Amino acid sequence: MWGPVLLSLKIASIATIFSFFFGVLLAYILNRKCVPGKNIWETLITLPMILPPSVTGYFLLMLLGKRGVIGSVLIDLFGFKIIFTWYAAVIAACIVSLPLMYQNAKAAFLNIDPAYEKAAKTLGSSEFRIFCTITFPLAWPGIISGIVLAFCRAIGEFGATLMVAGNIPGKTQTMPTAIYYAVETGNTSEANMLVMMMTIFSFVLIFTLNKWLEKRNYLGK
Amino acid sequence: MSVSFTLKKQLDQFLLDVSCSFPDGVLVIQGESGSGKSTILNCISGLLTPDNGIVAVNNRVVYNSNQSINIPVQNRNIGYVFQNYALFPNMTVEKNILYGLKNQSEYKMKEKREEMLQYMEYILDTFRIGHLRKKYPYQISGGEKQRTALARAIVTKPDLLLLDEPFSALDLKTKKIVYQEFLDLKQQMQMPIILISHDPKESDLFADHRLYLEQGRAVEPFV
Repeated sequence: MWGPVLLSLKIASIATIFSFFFGVLLAYILNRKCVPGKNIWETLITLPMILPPSVTGYFLLMLLGKRGVIGSVLIDLFGFKIIFTWYAAVIAACIVSLPLMYQNAKAAFLNIDPAYEKAAKTLGSSEFRIFCTITFPLAWPGIISGIVLAFCRAIGEFGATLMVAGNIPGKTQTMPTAIYYAVETGNTSEANMLVMMMTIFSFVLIFTLNKWLEKRNYLGK
Repeated sequence: MSVSFTLKKQLDQFLLDVSCSFPDGVLVIQGESGSGKSTILNCISGLLTPDNGIVAVNNRVVYNSNQSINIPVQNRNIGYVFQNYALFPNMTVEKNILYGLKNQSEYKMKEKREEMLQYMEYILDTFRIGHLRKKYPYQISGGEKQRTALARAIVTKPDLLLLDEPFSALDLKTKKIVYQEFLDLKQQMQMPIILISHDPKESDLFADHRLYLEQGRAVEPFV
């Protein structure tokens, strides 16, 4: 039972790190710079949030499969088959959690009064220093929300993971797929235990986040 | 010391078309809301780019559309106090003041750190905000915010100081005190100042030169 738990934590952690970097970077670039086709990019990033996970999984299968655009290149160049490995589960978790990270980071950046960044410019700061010292710290509460929600979404990912990583015990079986398998095979006690763990874990994460945000001074302290 | 600007910029409702030059002292720009006052400051500071024109501060051209000169805002050395002061909410008063100093090339060397801190102390004393050094902007009053914002803009020794309605958020009692402080400061500082104000009383108090704007154009003769 602990195998799927540990694998889920590993996959969700790695996926959240990638979601964090790409989410924050894309939110900053698309909302602070003049980017051609901004709406198209935003729609593409947000799409996995509203598409059924099986559709996202299907697209990923087309990309990562043996004959997929990326999958075939990886096999040809490195002899590495990514499909039905835990790496594929990380990619699936990353894709489905990215919209949550992106939307939270975007809202956080848009919430910042542009006068702060303008003032920093008149004081001689470079764009990079402004981002590190003003923009990012002020957006931090929103970014933390994004990280927690992205992690919860990643750890609970089922549909797309099942399609690209399968449900191989000890290799790609995550908590959600293990619950599905336990129910299918009538192993109710294991299903109950995993369901309980996931519910409590997600509850504690969201509850702690809400408490932290309540306590935190929104003026940036 | 002198400041001159000729600016043309198409805004949503009208064309901003203004030209002005003053040798020293305080230029007060007055006008209705939306008449283009803040746009002028933004164009001079480099936060906005005019459609065409020239901006020169102390004979240094910082913008000239004909010669494709457009010095980035970071390198113009123009201090700016925003209407809401724009003090960084995640930094204490002390860190707000230090922020601009740390960008100065003369203080980038480690051995200059002590000198930089001494200068900061001098500024904190001058503006009587030393006791607020560890406070965050949300913990200080309107008048204190105003003094901190002025100190932060002046600490980098700018060639020109831009003030966008710096007294508008203050109550009457605080205004009286701050007016006197600003008059004292004006005497001490050897730099030209452009002040935007809605209040004719402020104009009478501080103006060495006046510019009255209506729909992006100067309607009163430059005094």
